[in-house]
Amino acid sequence: MSTVTQAGPAVPAGSAEALSERRPLGDRGFQVLALAAGLLVLVILVLIAISTTQQATSWFTTEGFKGIFSTNWNPAANKFGAMTFVYGTAITAVIAIVLAVPVSLAIALLLTEVVPRRRARPIVYVVDLLAVVPSVVWGLWGILVFAPWVQHIYASIGSALGGVPVLGALFGPPTSGASFFTAGLILAFMITPIVTSLSREVIATVPAIDREGAYALGATRWEMIRGVVWPHSHGGIVGAVLLGLGRAMGETIAAALVIGSSPVITSHLFAPGYNMPAVIANQFGESSGVFRSALMGLGVMLFAFTIIVNVFSRAVVARSARRMRGA
Amino acid sequence: MAAVTAQPQVDLREPKGWRRTRNRAATVAMYLAFVVVIVPLGFVLYTVIAKGASIISWSFLTSPIPVNVAPPGVGGMGPAVLGTIEITALATAIAVPLGVLGAIYLNEYGGRGPLARFIAFMADVMTGVPSIIMGLFIFTIWVLHFGYSGLAGAFALGCLMLPIVIQSSHEMLKLVPNSLREASYALGATKARVTVTVVLPAAIGGIVSGSLLAVARAAGETAPLLFTILTVTTANPNVFSGANTALSTEIFANADQPFLGAQARGWGAALTLVAIAFILMIAARLVTARFARYQH
Repeated sequence: MSTVTQAGPAVPAGSAEALSERRPLGDRGFQVLALAAGLLVLVILVLIAISTTQQATSWFTTEGFKGIFSTNWNPAANKFGAMTFVYGTAITAVIAIVLAVPVSLAIALLLTEVVPRRRARPIVYVVDLLAVVPSVVWGLWGILVFAPWVQHIYASIGSALGGVPVLGALFGPPTSGASFFTAGLILAFMITPIVTSLSREVIATVPAIDREGAYALGATRWEMIRGVVWPHSHGGIVGAVLLGLGRAMGETIAAALVIGSSPVITSHLFAPGYNMPAVIANQFGESSGVFRSALMGLGVMLFAFTIIVNVFSRAVVARSARRMRGA
Repeated sequence: MAAVTAQPQVDLREPKGWRRTRNRAATVAMYLAFVVVIVPLGFVLYTVIAKGASIISWSFLTSPIPVNVAPPGVGGMGPAVLGTIEITALATAIAVPLGVLGAIYLNEYGGRGPLARFIAFMADVMTGVPSIIMGLFIFTIWVLHFGYSGLAGAFALGCLMLPIVIQSSHEMLKLVPNSLREASYALGATKARVTVTVVLPAAIGGIVSGSLLAVARAAGETAPLLFTILTVTTANPNVFSGANTALSTEIFANADQPFLGAQARGWGAALTLVAIAFILMIAARLVTARFARYQH
């Protein structure tokens, strides 16, 4: 890097070739190194796809498409249907989103529209603390403290709503502290910081002049939010919500501890269930052969789902950010 | 004169009735949302501190892990503390340099070209890949061939950290003003030299702080370690070979134990892990406050 190559007298000064030829080896080496580090991201993603799919082939060849869509998961009988866990993943992720999104949006609006910037910072720190608490600590708290405490509440809600047509099917008995709902609730706490911070970024792109225009017309703050902030930012907020959905789908350890570990498909949200990351975490250690391959297959499906959700959400966010800049 | 008095009175007071009620209700709802977040956070932190503080001590942090039936006072989490520090440090040593280099490519070399934009996009996407997938990935390509080790765990955590470091470093490099680069080029420096001696030092505060946050995230992760370090109870100072252990995986193993001693040790480990994460986060904030030259 320190060597300075002498430009030959034949090279005319100022031409483009002369400049590029004069670049020392160290300079070019550094560029290649940086490029390699950048490409590593793509290499890892491709390798994840290839290696895990390879491990899952023996499951796929024994069970086929029918196996993937089967709901029969019984390792003792060599039956590995994936649908129970896909269902559980969808249910817990939806519960998490339904609970986390209104709260996150309200906090994002609080931070951008209500409190002054100086007082917003401590609120941001507190919300971010939710993400600093490790997943396994949420799980430990969930299974040893929260689930025993909440099961009485579930039981009384269940007995109150048991006879009501639709609500009874969702919230009626059987109830248990470790359940779909507990898992969804804890996932909601965990994804709130990311949904809040992304929504806040999106809302911050709303031009100040539009806000002031609405206020000048006599709008209240809430009318301004509905009339100016929402139309400007709902696209980006959809992206933020999708990103939260991706996180909720893949979050493993907290769900593995509090979901109840029961591979059943049921509409009862207060009943124990199972989802894809939880079953991988809980059963991988004692698995082998087709069993292990099936868990790998669940991993491949989870990887595919989260990649799709994430690509989609990032694209939505990027598009709405571009539109904002153009406006 | 008469025209002036004929002007309508503009009412600048807050609107009354339904509009005001709705506005108030919306504001109250926003504050309530914040309360909704504080309650579980306070509940968790209170429980972890209350249950963890009663068992934690210097000997807890250094003693070997006893059998699960051992009462709360016996033994500790020494091997797990050692494992977490070793594995996280190794993961940091792998992921941070690569991540910063990747960010340098994205900002200094790739620019707005299609490849750089694609890599930046995929790095964003990669931050959303579930951490358990990183564990399965390293299990497949490393553990199946070379066995369980702290190194395998560090690879898995490194995969998790890499896109986070790229993302945050990229943001920081973007903030370095172009005039700095141009002044250095005008002095005849090569691009590599400009990047290493001018651009990186200008952004170092933000890069270090972003990396510390990535380390805090990785230190608390369990899922990538489950299938890579095997989680034994004996201490293994050799991070490069042999099964290892970590605080997070020990908590996971202890959480569904019926024995009070095992649960108590789980709480102690949880407090240790939360403390590590908080210290790293506070360090990141301090670095930002002290060294960051360019901020958003």
